[in-house]
Amino acid sequence: MKQLVILSGKGGTGKTSVAASFAHLLSQQNTPFKTVISDADVDAANLELVLSPSSVSREEFWGGSIAEIAPEDCTACGICAEVCRFDAVNIKEGIYSIDPIACEGCAACVYQCPEKAIQMKEEMAGEWYQSDSKYGPLFHAMLFPAQENSGKLVTIVKQQARLLALDEAYDLVLVDGPPGIGCPVISAVSGADLALIVAEPTASGVHDMHRVLKTTAHFGVQALVCINKADIYPQGTNEIEEFCQQEGIRVVGKIPYDTAVPESIVLGKPVTEYQKESAASVSIRWVWEEVMKVLQEMEK
Amino acid sequence: MKIAVSSPDGKFNTEFSPRFGRCQYFIFIDTDTGAWESKPNPALSARGGAGPQAVEFLAKSEIEATITGRYGPNAYKTLEAAGIRAFIADAGSPEDLLNRFNSGTLEEVKSATGPEMHH
Amino acid sequence: MKISIASGKGGTGKTTIATAFAQVLSRAKYSVSLLDCDVEAPNSHIFIKPELNQFEDVNIWIPSVNAELCNGCGRCAEVCQYHAIVVVGGQTLVFPEMCHGCGSCTLECPEKAITEIPNKIGQLEGGLSSEGIKFGHGILDIGEPMAVPVIRTLKKWQGLNEEEIVIIDSPPGTSCPVVESLRGTDYTILVTEPTPFGLHDLRQAYGVTRELGIPAGVIINRDGIGDSGVEQYCKEEGLDILMRIPIERKIGQGIARGKTLLEINPEYEIPFQQLYLKIKDALPGVDQI
Repeated sequence: MKQLVILSGKGGTGKTSVAASFAHLLSQQNTPFKTVISDADVDAANLELVLSPSSVSREEFWGGSIAEIAPEDCTACGICAEVCRFDAVNIKEGIYSIDPIACEGCAACVYQCPEKAIQMKEEMAGEWYQSDSKYGPLFHAMLFPAQENSGKLVTIVKQQARLLALDEAYDLVLVDGPPGIGCPVISAVSGADLALIVAEPTASGVHDMHRVLKTTAHFGVQALVCINKADIYPQGTNEIEEFCQQEGIRVVGKIPYDTAVPESIVLGKPVTEYQKESAASVSIRWVWEEVMKVLQEMEK
Repeated sequence: MKIAVSSPDGKFNTEFSPRFGRCQYFIFIDTDTGAWESKPNPALSARGGAGPQAVEFLAKSEIEATITGRYGPNAYKTLEAAGIRAFIADAGSPEDLLNRFNSGTLEEVKSATGPEMHH
Repeated sequence: MKISIASGKGGTGKTTIATAFAQVLSRAKYSVSLLDCDVEAPNSHIFIKPELNQFEDVNIWIPSVNAELCNGCGRCAEVCQYHAIVVVGGQTLVFPEMCHGCGSCTLECPEKAITEIPNKIGQLEGGLSSEGIKFGHGILDIGEPMAVPVIRTLKKWQGLNEEEIVIIDSPPGTSCPVVESLRGTDYTILVTEPTPFGLHDLRQAYGVTRELGIPAGVIINRDGIGDSGVEQYCKEEGLDILMRIPIERKIGQGIARGKTLLEINPEYEIPFQQLYLKIKDALPGVDQI
């Protein structure tokens, strides 16, 4: 069983549009891989908006714990404020309390408080879902606003997708990844056999593509690149192609800017389903074919 | 001696799990008698650092050697500290791997075989 | 005054807005600093082109165990909430990338066997732009999971906090890096695009500003590409639409080349001045010019 993760570095390059189309193409008859889909962008989970899933189950995500001071036991000695490295102890009119947003759950204050007035309280930080869609099972999640531990929630979404895939003999877990390169991306990349980077040929897009490629290399995951909105800035596209050639990274396709994509999103469908013959759909299908070939080569 | 094989389903003659820290089960095998039992991996649902936690579990269970597909640096570092020998294989069921272990044809690793996985 | 710029969805135009805003205010003779808190994928420097001449490493203080003093009691592993320290086979092992640098193990070790050593996770870079904008950004090292300590250190960096107007370009998303970026700012501009994805993520982002108790307003970028969902939502929630930037191929191409919105279309100077006045009016109590 294989795992394919779709990343970008920069946000807004089109990961979710490509992921949705991949899910659609992978659900066709004679597909090379029976696929479980997962949305690892738990802060801003958009894949469900184009796959129209129906919910099967909803689970609570208990992220971590937050410290809480029992006011009746607190003697305002100030030790908690001294040891806290995250500016999480508030003092207002001599009353000590913990800022739940700043608290990182390290529990240092709990152990240092001489009155044992501080306890850790578990926090429900979000939810994760297993849904059914016409393209296959979908695992996704929602992190409540301003919560920590998004990396953990990503791990749960992927683990659950993997477990179902193993249980029911699926061949592939498709992961729509988050932007950036930090902990949520690292969790999304973990265990992947292949990463598809959806790059944007703009100055920012190229800069961030470099960072995400260094990240996949750091974790030993093979990466392929496709260039989205490739025609908006040909100079940028050339830059990407040259760089990839130098580094021995395959560019598996170029997708032109196409109004069919935003139209398909408004209608809530993958673009390859909405308008099969649109320029973007044709290019995405090409990218898909190339990625499938690489995955199939890996099986041997 | 007691060894452990990572397993996706806790069975003795189905394909093993190539992943170590977050495999579903470990199959504990007594290499002398061939007796085996399946143990759910407590590190599966652990918050971060699954590799080292899996090793802690194995160390407490007096396992002397492990067999899996790959070890991240953190898991390997912990195995080394615990004095547990680390072996790898490409494929096989726990039953096959026991035979290969006993006949000395399994590859033993002396360093991490893959970059760390942030689970 | 500290103004942060956030979005929820990536790629909506936070950096486009932040850099143009900083330029307009600087031209109007305010003393301005621009902090790019998107430490995983910082881009503002591409547009503002500061002369970077200040550098500082960002370190997390991780435990270093003196094996001679350590008696293997395991108290450190017991108190560590992140499984960053493990006692096995008579050895105490530290896993730096799991460590949050909280110092708890160091405090709790009964043998005083732990000292703390710096572990570099990123760096800060700063300097002045040609228009006099004081610029600073953070860069998270490749493979490091934690953006928050880099952002935290950047926001406290000497000299960047004291300007009349501090503009904070935050990362996409709604979790802890965004929270750390927005914390302590007086107002948040939520940049969105008028599409279903933009709307979905705007709801999350507005949830963050409400959680933090920071007043917020919306800028609709690439107006015209989608539907009226965002506009309706803003109306329902009583969210001010501070500015609309219509979709224009010229803007997209200019941004692709690393030009700021102001450089692409100087006529945006006035809308950005008006933006500042609208925010000022929304914050009667804040220290202003």
